Amino acid sequence: MLHMNKYNAANPSEDAGVSIIQNVSRRSLLAGITGFAVAIQVMPAMALDPYPHAGTSMPNGVVNNPHAFVSIDKDGTITIMAHRSEMGTGSRTTLPMIVADEMDADWDQVKIVQAEGDEKKYGNQNTDGSRSLRHHIQPMREIGASVRYMLEQAAAKVWDTDISNVRAVNHQVVHKTLGKRLGYGDLAEAAMGLDVPARENLRFKDEKEFRYIGKGAVQIYDLHDITTGKAVYGADVGLPGMKYAVIARSPAVGAIVKSVNDKAALAVAGVEKIVMIPVAGLGSKFKPKGGVAVIAKNTWAAIKGRDALEIEWDLGEHGSFNTADYEKELRASANAPGSSVRSQGDADGTLESAAKVFTVEYYQPHLAHAPMEPPAAIANYADGKLEIWAPVQSPYTARTDTAEYVGLKEEDVRVNVTLLGGGFGRKSKADFATEAAFLSKEVGAPVRVQWTREDDIQHSYYHTSSVEKIDIGLNADDKVIAWRHRSAAPSFLSTFAPDAGVQHPVEIGMGLENLPYEIENISAEQCKAMAHTRVGWYRSVSNIPRAFAVQSATAELAHALGRDQKEFLLELIGSDRNLDWEKNGLPQAYWNQGEPYDEFPFDTARLKAVLNTVAEKAGWGKELPKGEGLGIAVHRSFVSYVATAVHVKVVDGKLTVPEAHVAIDAGYVANPERVRSQMQGACVFGMTVAMYSGITFEDGAVQEGNFHDYEMTRNSNFPTTVHAHITDHPFEVHATGVGEPGVPPFIPALTNAIFNATGQRIRNLPIGDQLKA
Amino acid sequence: MVKFTVNNVAKEFDGDMDTPLLWFIRDELGLPGTKFGCGAGLCGACTVHVDGVAVRSCQTSVSQAAGKSITTIEGLSEDGNHPVQVAWRDQNVPQCGFCQSGQIMQAVSLLTENPNPTDAEIQAGMEGNICRCGCYQRINSAVKQASTGV
Repeated sequence: MLHMNKYNAANPSEDAGVSIIQNVSRRSLLAGITGFAVAIQVMPAMALDPYPHAGTSMPNGVVNNPHAFVSIDKDGTITIMAHRSEMGTGSRTTLPMIVADEMDADWDQVKIVQAEGDEKKYGNQNTDGSRSLRHHIQPMREIGASVRYMLEQAAAKVWDTDISNVRAVNHQVVHKTLGKRLGYGDLAEAAMGLDVPARENLRFKDEKEFRYIGKGAVQIYDLHDITTGKAVYGADVGLPGMKYAVIARSPAVGAIVKSVNDKAALAVAGVEKIVMIPVAGLGSKFKPKGGVAVIAKNTWAAIKGRDALEIEWDLGEHGSFNTADYEKELRASANAPGSSVRSQGDADGTLESAAKVFTVEYYQPHLAHAPMEPPAAIANYADGKLEIWAPVQSPYTARTDTAEYVGLKEEDVRVNVTLLGGGFGRKSKADFATEAAFLSKEVGAPVRVQWTREDDIQHSYYHTSSVEKIDIGLNADDKVIAWRHRSAAPSFLSTFAPDAGVQHPVEIGMGLENLPYEIENISAEQCKAMAHTRVGWYRSVSNIPRAFAVQSATAELAHALGRDQKEFLLELIGSDRNLDWEKNGLPQAYWNQGEPYDEFPFDTARLKAVLNTVAEKAGWGKELPKGEGLGIAVHRSFVSYVATAVHVKVVDGKLTVPEAHVAIDAGYVANPERVRSQMQGACVFGMTVAMYSGITFEDGAVQEGNFHDYEMTRNSNFPTTVHAHITDHPFEVHATGVGEPGVPPFIPALTNAIFNATGQRIRNLPIGDQLKA
Repeated sequence: MVKFTVNNVAKEFDGDMDTPLLWFIRDELGLPGTKFGCGAGLCGACTVHVDGVAVRSCQTSVSQAAGKSITTIEGLSEDGNHPVQVAWRDQNVPQCGFCQSGQIMQAVSLLTENPNPTDAEIQAGMEGNICRCGCYQRINSAVKQASTGV
């Protein structure tokens, strides 16, 4: 999710933000590619109609050059580059599928090749922020339409006729009157030698002509490989002479090695060498955390060797960080005025004079992503060049960061992207790939770095911990007249620059500044919170605590007033309108997930529509047996609108979730089957966040280590039947985000359901054993 | 020195007898379909069959495997069309896919022991295999399909 762009406003921590602002103007982008073998066609804004701006403001922009993405063999095989990383959302299949459909190719003759990290060639590759379809659906159509036009041109030339007399149909070009046919393979050489057609010559398919887009019938490209064990993930690449590394990292961030006794480690059969990795403290971006690496002949020897190391650490300034105290600190911070990020009307004054004030406070600890595949990477440093194979979400960042770390030029580093065994934001940070590169250089051989599960849980870039405090003022008629939201949460800015204890506009824009309620007086404040561990983004990011707080507070207040929660929520959202933030008290432009507001307005009608859908589908208002409850919540994130209704049963403190309904309005949906799978998965992921996830620090170090104390939702107890309801839109309604927005509303929907089942209100996550109390 | 078969091919190992089968399979045999997820028998990503029964290869040492017949995902069927693999594809189970070798090996073992499991028996039988993407609903549909043909 992390990208600043021209739609970002000035922010309270502008200096700190500068290091991650990679805004590349079109002019500088074009200048930067001078001399590149194939002229890259960077689309002028209007060329992306009906999606004029999507993605163009990302670092290195959007590329729609067919030569970068498509090649055709003489046998008709079409190779399409997948330039986004695949971590389970299906974008590696869906984007090439869009190209194939628009060029009228036969999907069975399409081969997908994963692109290396090269944003100068492919445009932005940073796979996060639920952006792959939103930014690339239209460029993929442009590429497909260009290739189709080139194939038609080539055929017209062969038949010495005008292009208007030929038409591409299912992997062949047909002469409209003479019935002659030439296969795409026959035309490949001539077609791909042609200039890229001008955009005004392109003809786009009518939606009705789509064969694959919007159907959900194309299965993921790697399905056969995944089910037969052939799919290649981060640790699955082997190189001749490769060494295996496992690393003992600083327990507290910035902790340095005082002394190390490696005698026992070196005595382990198979252990070859011990290598020190420089320690990098907070604010070091994605540099390796540092510590002591054990190099061995195989993974097991490296693990045993690491266990045998005796290291004395100087824990440093974060060595006294402990979660229990930190929670108190965040609560204290959120209970005092912070700095304003939104001020509409006079919330403070209204609260002082209100007939009643309703105050609630919610807490969430830090979380680790725990993808099923722990970080792993292979690097081969030889002859001044470096090649990496790694499951990274942002291969180009991995390349440039690693090049800098090991002292190479970008052009001497190649980053190959494997499949990702889950990412969830963890693999946006390529510290593990940089570790492999550093160690390969140090030992003079290819090296595979393997993180154990303990490493993954104890050395993550953690989801923010937060206290969200909400004060709601009511008049004598119980009408809501003021809403004040204070948030104390350490920022991921602290990973990039010296920590100022303030949040990034990205984090503020995820549900703090943008309460969509029609209330006269609204204020939002951020309260100081210093980071004491590496903070990073985690699937759905700050939307998780914000949706939890706002949707819980709304339900709590509805109950206190004896109102139906859904009706009350609809009333607070108010009239159908595109929210006008300037008129709603934002001192700076609203951070709209990095997207231009006129293309992606916050439309309350769409927010209410998904809420009404799940309420109806779930049977909101129906009588349920004792111990059962239905909960509901709605949240807009990643410019998508999602509402979730959860049905729970609580028996003797044990919670089960027999059913959930999710309604998602994600604009035009290219692959509804994968959207359904994302919504099902989001409910399971949300249940883990709600029920189990919490990282505990003591003396700066994470206390949890594996799935026994950092638990995951399991098959024995998960949202058993999830029904996904996808809003149907024509192509012109901008595709939004899918990978993340399903998670935030699940959590308050679950806790609201628990309240409705038991009368117990959950204000502190995770739920853990609170239901047994 | 221990001897066993892996996917019907005779193998021997002469190193550290405590080496988990997982690392022998991955590092020595170069069969990467068996995944490392936790190293503690908590997630099931490393599930293989020893004499036809699902075990966690991260918790099974090479010495414990002596004389046994080991099957990994690569050896489950010649053509990759074991009914469980087919069901997995029919139900579009995977998201990231990383845990699925282990899930499939667990499901095959479950169905060998209990060819017609109830929904509750499927959930209990698959409980040890974590899927962080949350594909459980489809995993269970696939196990059901493989057991009933529907």
